[in-house]
Amino acid sequence: MTSEPDSIIVVRDLCIGWGDRILMEHLSFDVARAERFVILGGSGSGKSTLLQNLIGLVEPRSGTILIDGSPPPAPETAPPRFGVMFQSGALFGSMTLLENVSLPLNRWTDLPADAIEEIALARLRLVALEGFENHSPSEISGGMKKRAGIARALALEPSLLFLDEPSAGLDPISSVELDELLLTLNEELGVTLVMVTHELESIDKVATRCIVLDGETRGIIADGPPRELRSQTEPIFVKHFFNREPRSA
Amino acid sequence: MPASFNLTRLPKLSGAGGICLQLSGQLALPDATEFWQKLKEEIEPGRGHEIDLSAVERLDGVCAAMLVSVEAEARCSGQYLHFHGASPGVERLLALYGIDGNPCKAPPTHLRILEQVGEATCSLVANTRNTLSFIGELSLSAIRAIRTPKSVHWADLGKLLERAGADSVPIVIAINLLVGFILGLQSAMQMEQFGVGIYVADLVGMSVVRELGPLMTAIIVTGRSGAAYAAQIGTMVVSEEVSALRSMGFDPVRFLVIPRTIALALMVPLLVVIGNFVGLLGGLLVGVLYLDVSISAYILRTQSVIGLSDWCSGLLKAAVFGIAIALIACERGFSTRGGAEGVGTSTTSAVVTMLFTLVCLDAFFTIIFSALGI
Ligand SMILES: Nc1ncnc2c1ncn2[C@@H]1O[C@H](COP(=O)(O)OP(=O)(O)O)[C@@H](O)[C@H]1O
Ligand SMILES: [Mg+2]
Repeated sequence: MTSEPDSIIVVRDLCIGWGDRILMEHLSFDVARAERFVILGGSGSGKSTLLQNLIGLVEPRSGTILIDGSPPPAPETAPPRFGVMFQSGALFGSMTLLENVSLPLNRWTDLPADAIEEIALARLRLVALEGFENHSPSEISGGMKKRAGIARALALEPSLLFLDEPSAGLDPISSVELDELLLTLNEELGVTLVMVTHELESIDKVATRCIVLDGETRGIIADGPPRELRSQTEPIFVKHFFNREPRSA
Repeated sequence: MPASFNLTRLPKLSGAGGICLQLSGQLALPDATEFWQKLKEEIEPGRGHEIDLSAVERLDGVCAAMLVSVEAEARCSGQYLHFHGASPGVERLLALYGIDGNPCKAPPTHLRILEQVGEATCSLVANTRNTLSFIGELSLSAIRAIRTPKSVHWADLGKLLERAGADSVPIVIAINLLVGFILGLQSAMQMEQFGVGIYVADLVGMSVVRELGPLMTAIIVTGRSGAAYAAQIGTMVVSEEVSALRSMGFDPVRFLVIPRTIALALMVPLLVVIGNFVGLLGGLLVGVLYLDVSISAYILRTQSVIGLSDWCSGLLKAAVFGIAIALIACERGFSTRGGAEGVGTSTTSAVVTMLFTLVCLDAFFTIIFSALGI
């Protein structure tokens, strides 16, 4: 199998799992640069685990992952080449939003403090959190936390952003605003998006391509743009998922 | 490595008598520090500026944020700083980062107060960091941390010291005073039978300074700070904050554990000193109130029994206890799995492990010290 020349992520024959338990095996797929790539699948099928493998938090059981042509660096050794937004935002409660966003800049650049502050403020402005820079995470809403998480993930100017269920638990308006933000990042700044999500509307709006993971066959059961997957009747899980039908229907 | 951008001053003035600058090349994070300095050098406060962006090949968010910031600074000081010739892409990026809407900073008077507070805090943190760095050299991971001090969350340290230290003082005083008093009373009742009441000073003095002061204080710190650390870090694990740290290139262990270890290594001995004094005071109360020994006689007796080596061995133990508490608490915290319930489990397990370890360490020290004759 060869990879497209402009693939930002290349996954070959990947096997992931915890302990003795294999969740997915023989996974192979490419993510093209500037794609908006969505990972779908039932709860517990291993979407978050796949994400953790891709970003290098967990060592794959076997197989290769290449990001920009090389394996994800061991964390802590080099500045990360991508941003990650965790499900709840994962902001540090003891710091203000500004400090949260400044953290990676402080760690990995030698920019003077005033420049870091300006950059962090601009990132917050980008995610429409202007004026909240001195708030602590406990003082803002769920949607704002996620946006702040994105601002922090963008701090080091990554060209690739991983998001785990960005719109989970958001009201419809915040959810649409978040989708808009993601589209802006992708279209205006050329950021490649790799995200796990369950929101059908978000998928329609944001995704250019989806893969569907299946826990039983431990593999990818569908791959393509959401519009195509929606009209598919096989495999049955994909049909149920896109038509909001119960398993037994 | 030569910078891949250029910021040059053109030998002409703009229509309104402002300075004309030309920016060209690639503006991105790797050169951002240089760009920021250059920008600050070239822009003269109190004058208008025209910056030609037509030769900019690439602009990233970091440098866009810097341009937006200098524009706002000029505008807010009553000057102008215009960009022209920007390609649509560059223009769009500047707009995204709020070139039109970047508001002015708070008025300068306000800022000066903030600055002062900030500076004071910075020097305080810097001072503590220097002192602590020295102690930190004792352990291998601290050496790595000093090579990359940015990889440790030093900003937490002040708060940790305060919580572990100052906030524990009342309970440390209460418990140690009572322990000294109880110990004194128990021994006084025995000693009195043999008519050697004054030996209460020996017994209380030695037991408090060498054993009970450090141990009781460490137990209090276990309950307050140890449990708190385990729960804090456990919560960070289950809320993915630890993963987030790693994804940003931090070693969470170094980032979180070193400040906590340092906090306890410093604060436990300090608390022990306080605890020892009030423990001795408890004994003195018994001596004076129950045995009718004079204050000065009791103090003299105590002084003659407790030597420097007793104090030192107690304080050495205290520092080791502090480090042990911090390390166990953090280790348990990091091993948290599952949700809120997991945090509860790991906190309980941390407290039990800490108490057990404290007693074992104490026994170990007692054996070693007696073997060495200290
Ligand atoms: N840190 C972990 N250790 C052990 N097992 C885990 C861990 N994280 C997740 N799992 C297990 O792996 C399976 C897949 O989890 P996950 O990838 O989070 O699923 P999804 O995100 O698709 O809902 C689940 O059964 C879960 O219990
Ligand atoms: Mg998940």
